Amino acid sequence: MATRLPGTDVVVVGLGAAGGVAVLPLVDAGIEVIGLEAGTWLTRRDFAPDEIRNNVRDWPMAVQKANLEVPTTRATPDSPSFRGSSHPMMNAVGGTTLHYWAQAWRLNPWDFKVVSETTRRYGSSRLPAGTTVEDWPFDYDELEPYYDRIEYEIGVSGQAGNVAGNVDERGNRFEGLRAREYPMPPLRWTGFHERMADAARDLGWHPFPGPALINSQAYGDRAGCVYHGFCNSGGCHVDAKAGPHTTTIPRALETGRLTVITRAHVIGIDADRSGRATGVRYVVGSEEFIQPAQVVLLASYTYENVRLLRLASSHVYPNGFANNGGQVGRHYFSHHQGAPVSALFPFDISAWYGLPAQGVAVDDFADDNFDHSSLDFIGGGNLWAMSDRRPISAANGSTFGRAPSWGSEWKRYIHENADRSHGSYIQKTTLPYETNYLDLDPVERDPLGFPVLRVTAQYKQNELAIADFMQDRMEEWYRATGATEVSRGGLGNAMGLSTHAFGGTRMGDDPSANVVDRWGFAHEAPNLGILGASVMGTSGAHNPTLTVQALTWRTAEHLVKNWSSIAGG
Amino acid sequence: MAEDQRRTISRRDLLKGVGAAGAAAILPGKVDEGSAQPASPGAGTDPGRARSFAEVPRPRRLENLTADEADTLEAIMARLIPADDLGPGAVEAGALNYLDRALGGFLAGEREEYGLNLAALDRYCLSSRGAPFVELSTTDQDSVLIDLEGGSATGSGAGFTGSSASFFAMVKGHTWQGMFGDPYYGGNAGFIGWDLLRYPGVRLGVSAADQQRLEAGELLPERRSAYDSEMFEKATAMQRAQGGVEHGD
Repeated sequence: MATRLPGTDVVVVGLGAAGGVAVLPLVDAGIEVIGLEAGTWLTRRDFAPDEIRNNVRDWPMAVQKANLEVPTTRATPDSPSFRGSSHPMMNAVGGTTLHYWAQAWRLNPWDFKVVSETTRRYGSSRLPAGTTVEDWPFDYDELEPYYDRIEYEIGVSGQAGNVAGNVDERGNRFEGLRAREYPMPPLRWTGFHERMADAARDLGWHPFPGPALINSQAYGDRAGCVYHGFCNSGGCHVDAKAGPHTTTIPRALETGRLTVITRAHVIGIDADRSGRATGVRYVVGSEEFIQPAQVVLLASYTYENVRLLRLASSHVYPNGFANNGGQVGRHYFSHHQGAPVSALFPFDISAWYGLPAQGVAVDDFADDNFDHSSLDFIGGGNLWAMSDRRPISAANGSTFGRAPSWGSEWKRYIHENADRSHGSYIQKTTLPYETNYLDLDPVERDPLGFPVLRVTAQYKQNELAIADFMQDRMEEWYRATGATEVSRGGLGNAMGLSTHAFGGTRMGDDPSANVVDRWGFAHEAPNLGILGASVMGTSGAHNPTLTVQALTWRTAEHLVKNWSSIAGG
Repeated sequence: MAEDQRRTISRRDLLKGVGAAGAAAILPGKVDEGSAQPASPGAGTDPGRARSFAEVPRPRRLENLTADEADTLEAIMARLIPADDLGPGAVEAGALNYLDRALGGFLAGEREEYGLNLAALDRYCLSSRGAPFVELSTTDQDSVLIDLEGGSATGSGAGFTGSSASFFAMVKGHTWQGMFGDPYYGGNAGFIGWDLLRYPGVRLGVSAADQQRLEAGELLPERRSAYDSEMFEKATAMQRAQGGVEHGD
């Protein structure tokens, strides 16, 4: 028997990168908020620089609610589906921001207008067959103040490239116009980064240090990065990495208007007869609770946002909450980050004490920053040369055909070369397609008996063509920096599960093609807001978190300004 | 580095794992203490040191494996990362100790797989080479490992639980963890693994000046476990995937 709790103004489902940010503008406006989080608080004491625990054994992701509901995946509706054992995201107050790479990119202005800009520059025939991509309901300029707000509120380090129209060649000359500089200078470069940047300039490209949600120097009450080398899948023992758990949530708690409930597994969203959300149901251990609220903000990850909606069927929503238009789960895609290129250099690159957010970026081939007239794709990729190395993974690295993978010969190889290899990270424009979608798996269930999500998604010709083109650029760059061996991975096929999962509850003005309106509230249930990359209709070539947080702040601010019309019902 | 800073978890674990006599002989302090050698070239290039490791008697205290299983695994590890003129290998690093302990904890789910596949390995060696693995010449041992790695031993009727390549990958993966992981888990004794890679060790912070020293080949190796730092919670390191972590909140 579920316990019905006293009502609240707003209940937020998930206190990660999105929900953990949304709470602050709400409580600052006097709104009472309950935040439900499936994980718990973790602290600096949990963040040992321990490769076996963090990377080999996937802690803390391995002990998570998310792992009980791992989606199945398949490339196409005709192919068999598979279910792995680990979920790409974790549950905790702060969510995956505890251990993520913390790259803090804004989208490029083109990413908001893919359809109209492609049509204008190259003709509508250049839009890939089968894509369901739309222009966003607003442009980059609409989101710029919110990007700025997050960069200063939470703290981003970086080098601006275009402040109010003044191009600064030290930064990204292709970025959208920004109102002001970053609040902190970029993370430092190593000698290898300088070499890569020099080589890029020799090629006529425009290298620059990438932005990070990591302090390059003390910011507020948090310390600057200490570059210990365990940032990737590890938490920060000095809180230099910025997440809601160290910034917006503590500030919100100080107001006394935020209540955080940990270990809360949300299992349902309730609706009244008009389709408005009345609150959520959750379990802690074996106890079930009903939390009534005037407004529900759904802020779990893309996969769980979609699953919770699809599971919440009722007479008013027979196919899932806010899904009478059949759009929940559609327009899904995940960033094509695969098709890697790696290289071996004839010198040590001294990458032991780095982090994935520290490095050299090239955006000359991202988005529509270059002429696609004679190419067979639209969009492009961000080239990223970072520092990230730990001993077990270094010892497991490729020998580039120069030695076997064990024995004395391997030992000699690895003694010389453990610190001489480099792997690139290339994020590529990925589009939504008619045949890529999320729905409930007909067979697999979580321990509570609810179906898990099923991901049906495959990279299509446009993504593979970008991958091929970007591998050529990356190889060019490595060779120009002195690489003696370069190897390439395959171009990709099934999307699999991703930390960059987009769509499923897309934002747009047309209710027949989108789940939420331009403010992030459901077309069918105006007091249900949805936060996260599930509302994004395009990916660009850069990490989504900063855009997610900018959108989140904008949605929360809209709620504050329109409280009576949204919450009043 | 001061001697008291060397009194570490990893040292205590080492003592537990390989016996006091062995540990005293292979601890880094006895080999290169105060030698202030640069990170490059690594300490492991000293052939004298390699001999001293090889000569160490290593009384074992097994927690999970049988003595026969441990002998076979150590023989495999000795071929995967051999002690040679470049320095000590996986056996000297205590990779077996790492695996033995993990099979009672995080890797408990793989304990049975080890037993079944080690038995299959000996059946395969007997039928194809005429003797169990530990009694084969190193040349034959290597050729058997190549059979395993390539999967050609799978259909031999020896009884591998899956592909012999999977078993090989499992043993290799755990050997690498025992060789190159944090010594807190019972392997990487004397930081042998990190020296082989010329990895200058776990640090809580690396200044710009440290990075420049590293790039100049002048950064002295740190020799400690992450858990030598009092600030880190050790309990979380030993949790099993299935058990669930209980954090104070």
